This record gives sequence, C-alpha cells and structure tokens, in this order.
Amino acid sequence: MTATTTAPIAAPSVRTEKPPSGRLRAWATRAPLLPALIFMIVVTQLPFVATLVISFFDWNSLYPDARHFTGFANYSEVLTDADLRQSVWTTIVLTVTVVLVSLVLGLGLALLLDRKFRGRGLVRTLLIAPFLVVPVAAALLWKHVLYNPEYGLFNGLLHYVGGPEPDWISNTPLLAVEASLVWQWTPFMMLILLAGLQSRDHQQIEAAKVDGANEWQVFRYLTLPHLRRYLELGALLGSIYIVQNFDAVFTITSGGLGTANLPYTVYQSFYQAHENGLASAAGVLVVIGSIIIATFALRVVSSLFREEVSRA
Amino acid sequence: MSSTAIRVRPRSTGPGHPGPRRAKGVGLGLVAWLAGIVFFLPIAWMALTSFHSEEDAATNPPSFGAALTLDGYREFFGTGGGASPWPSLINSTAASLASTLLVLLLALPAAYALSIRPVKKWTDVLFFFLSTKMLPVVAGLLPIYLFAKNTGMLDNIWLLVILYTSMNLPIAVWMMQSFLSEVPVAVIEAAQIDGAKLPTILARVVAPIALPGIAATALICFIFSWNELLFARVLTGVVAETAPVFLTGFITSQGLFLAKVCAASLVISLPVLAAGFAAQDKLVQGLSLGAVK
Repeated sequence: MTATTTAPIAAPSVRTEKPPSGRLRAWATRAPLLPALIFMIVVTQLPFVATLVISFFDWNSLYPDARHFTGFANYSEVLTDADLRQSVWTTIVLTVTVVLVSLVLGLGLALLLDRKFRGRGLVRTLLIAPFLVVPVAAALLWKHVLYNPEYGLFNGLLHYVGGPEPDWISNTPLLAVEASLVWQWTPFMMLILLAGLQSRDHQQIEAAKVDGANEWQVFRYLTLPHLRRYLELGALLGSIYIVQNFDAVFTITSGGLGTANLPYTVYQSFYQAHENGLASAAGVLVVIGSIIIATFALRVVSSLFREEVSRA
Repeated sequence: MSSTAIRVRPRSTGPGHPGPRRAKGVGLGLVAWLAGIVFFLPIAWMALTSFHSEEDAATNPPSFGAALTLDGYREFFGTGGGASPWPSLINSTAASLASTLLVLLLALPAAYALSIRPVKKWTDVLFFFLSTKMLPVVAGLLPIYLFAKNTGMLDNIWLLVILYTSMNLPIAVWMMQSFLSEVPVAVIEAAQIDGAKLPTILARVVAPIALPGIAATALICFIFSWNELLFARVLTGVVAETAPVFLTGFITSQGLFLAKVCAASLVISLPVLAAGFAAQDKLVQGLSLGAVK
C-alpha cells in the first residue's frame, strides 16, 4: 500500500502548490465522495428509519383507515406469537449450523488445497463452482433434482446400495435447506481460509520444522493462531449473508414445515398477510440481530485492515 | 500485494524426502480431487440431465448413459408453448449492467477521495459504507415497496437498478479503495512535477495500475445483481421480471420437467459462472469487502 494510507490523517496539502483557501480546498477534496455518500444515505438509511416508525403502528394495508399508534405492541406480538418466535429460533439454528459446518469443511478443503499436487488449479475451480450457481437455481437443483423422493439423484444412488429412500424434504426440512446452503457456502469459507493460509510466514514454519516440530504442532501452534482472524471473518461474513437468506427457504420449502426464517416471515407478513406494522417490527428485530453480529464483524475487518495499512 | 495472495505459492519441499512422506502427499492430493468431484457432482449431474429427455431424466435408478437431446433447452426457451424466458433474461441483463455502471460511476470518485487524495477521517467514511452492507435487506423492504407503490415505480426495472446499486456500492468502494491505494504516490507526484494535469494522471498513471481491479469489481457487482431475488420478487411483476424470478416459476413441480429445470438453471447461471471464473483471483477480496487480500 502507499504512503497515503499509512498517514491518513495528515493533511493532503503536500501535493498542492497554493491552496486558494482552506475551506474551499477541503470541499474540493470531499466533492468526489459526496454523490456516493448521499446516495447510500438516501437509499439505505431513510427506508430503515421509515421501518422503525411503521413498527410502532398497528397497520394492516387492507384496512388503511384503522391505522393507529400502538407503541411496542407489535414487538410484544412478534416475541409472543408462537410462529414468529419459531422463526426467530429457525433463523438462529439455520445460521449457526450453516456457518459452522461450512467453516469446518472449508478449513479442511483449504488445508488440502494449500498442498502442492497435480491438477490443483482445476480442483480449486471445481470447488468454487457451487458458489457461482445462481442461488435460486441451486435451490431448485437440490429440491427437484437431488432430493426428489422418486427420481432424485440421492435416492437413485441409494438405490444402488440398497439403502432406504427417504423423502428428504418432508422428513428433514430444515436439514434439507441447510445442506444446500452448506454446499454453496463452503467454497466461500475455503477461499477466505486459503488466502489466510497463503499469507502465513513460511520462514517461521520452516524454522519450526528445523527445530523438530511435527505437522500437528505446526498446525496447532502456528497455523491455527494465524488463521484465527480469518476464521472469525469467514464466520461473521457468512452469518451476515446467511441471516438474510431468503432464496433457499423460499424455493426449497416455501417457508413450510418449520423452516420459515425471519426474512421469509417479514416477506410473508406484509406481502401476503399485509400486516405492515408486524412486518416492520420483525424487520427491526432482524436488524438488531445483525447489528450484534456486525459489531464484531466490523472489529475483525478493522483489525485486519489496520494491519494491512501498517504493514505497508 | 493483493494479486499474489491467492495465487499458488510454490512451497519449498526440501530435497530427499521420498518414501512414506511422498506417498502421503499423493494420498492427500487424491482426497482433494475426490472432494472437488463430490462438490462438483450436483452441477455435472444438472448439466447431464439438461441434455436428457424428460422420460430419461425422471428414472430411478438414474439413467447415466441415456441418449442426449436438446429438448430441455427447446422447452425452456419457450418453443414448447410455455412462457418465454427472454424478457426476464433481457431485464436481468439490463438491470445488472446498468447498476454495475452506476456503481462504478459513484464508487470510482469516492474511492479516489478515500485513497489517492484522502479526506479527513477517511477510515470512518469507509466503515460507514461497510456498515450499510450489514443492514439486512428486509429492514427497508416495506417502505421501499410502499414508496414504489405510491409513485408508480412498481414493476419498473429502474427501481431495481437503484436498489442493486445501493447493495453493491459499499463492496465496490471498499475494493476500489484498496486497488487505488496500490498506485504509488511517488509516481503521481513525479507526474505532477512534470506538469501533468489531473485527467492525464488518471488516464496515464492511475488507470493502468487499477484497471484489473476495477474490472474484477465490476464482475462481482454484476454477479450480485444477477443473483438477487428478494427485491425482484417483491417489486417486479410481469414487465420487469428478472431471471431469478422467472426461475421461481419452477418451485412447484409440473409433472415431468426435470430436464427443463436443469436447462433453465444452467442457462441462467452461466453468466455468473463465467463472471466468477473471470474474477477468480479477486473474488475473495470482493466477498470479504476488501478485508482479505
């Protein structure tokens, strides 16, 4: 990185000969930034404020005249309604399972790919491919082509070994959704962890080996501590994306059989049930959950970021 | 720095370690191959099924060696009488390309003001962009829907363009900030001393170094826009329907339709697969919002 980033707060006056006036110059520096900044504030922050306001109203769009302020009533309804509480729980289970499983699988794959072997580039490409299937298409693929109880590939393969041929989606709906998401997100984790592995200090590892450390010791005491922040980053970014997942739940089970997560519930409660107030309260709850994750995520990103800046 | 991080770095394996160690290396290589094949199998099976007839696609045990046909693709493209996917493919292309272009137009100057000629507290601004990415889409969905409904913007491709731009702008700002920071200040200063004006510096000094990064950023923004379902599902109808929304028409089974589903899924995923492989080296950097290089 450049010197600009190492000394961020230093005034950029080095490069200008005669500044017309301090304030004018500051605005000239800021000007290129403003369109993007204003755009983001208008398109992302204003709607959220509106959601926050609507969440305090009893508002069904089929009965617009009955709209009135109810304080926290929507929140207590969201938190006491059995279905909605179920969807909060589903969101947590779905996110934690998918993130943890794909993180562990991704770590295994990254360790395998960090070694040198014939065709490594091709294997890497094969492994990335699932992440590059359009999410709805991936969900359709799992639902119809793999899970179908009569002619899906899974039961077709089980047929050869004479195993049982279950109805995957009806028997284990949440697991069915999770498996398809793990398939798509493992490559993501693998890529992040592989980048982490390749940024290790190889001299240090060689030195440890010369000193007689075996492979497990190198992994446990050198690789894993180095990877810690990459693992955290993968987990947090994965959580942020998967908490918001809509495509897989919508496609594979249409939110049925206890798989409705919060994004699906929010979608359903205003798009189908027209309960604007309730939907907004549920939306605000998703945001609160995300902020908790995001606070940690920002901390990790910023520590990696500052390290990059200071390393340069 | 960034471009080399993910590329394969040759490891110096000391000379003279034959025997069991070598055998173990080969074994782990085989395990890696096996894992790659297992992960790719669903896609390979999808591709094979898309070339089977509907009767051969729906058999148990699966018909691996059945005759190949283009019927699935013919069905998908609407010659069989169903709805044509072309309008949705065109909508997706238009929305993705237009929003990617808008993202670049907004992000490039912003990234410039955050790297080459940074404003005060530029890290705070950078983190503001990142924090908007962590605000879930559903948080603003209802007001956006009500706004669109009241202004007649429902079922309008331009509304999607604006929303996709807001979705991708933080990623683009972060990526381009890191690419632009790689332009050495000394070179820019030397050009200034030689009397070069800003446009010349941008075209002759900054662009050659930052262009591959900008291209990768554009590809990643394109992928995210192309994939998006929730906004498109809620905000579009018959006119502005995108390709993922078209795919939701296959959610409920319609008799023998596996070959058609596979053909549709594959065709609609092709642009993403192509863009993804083209941007492979920078993919992690984009997905991790520039945190991993």
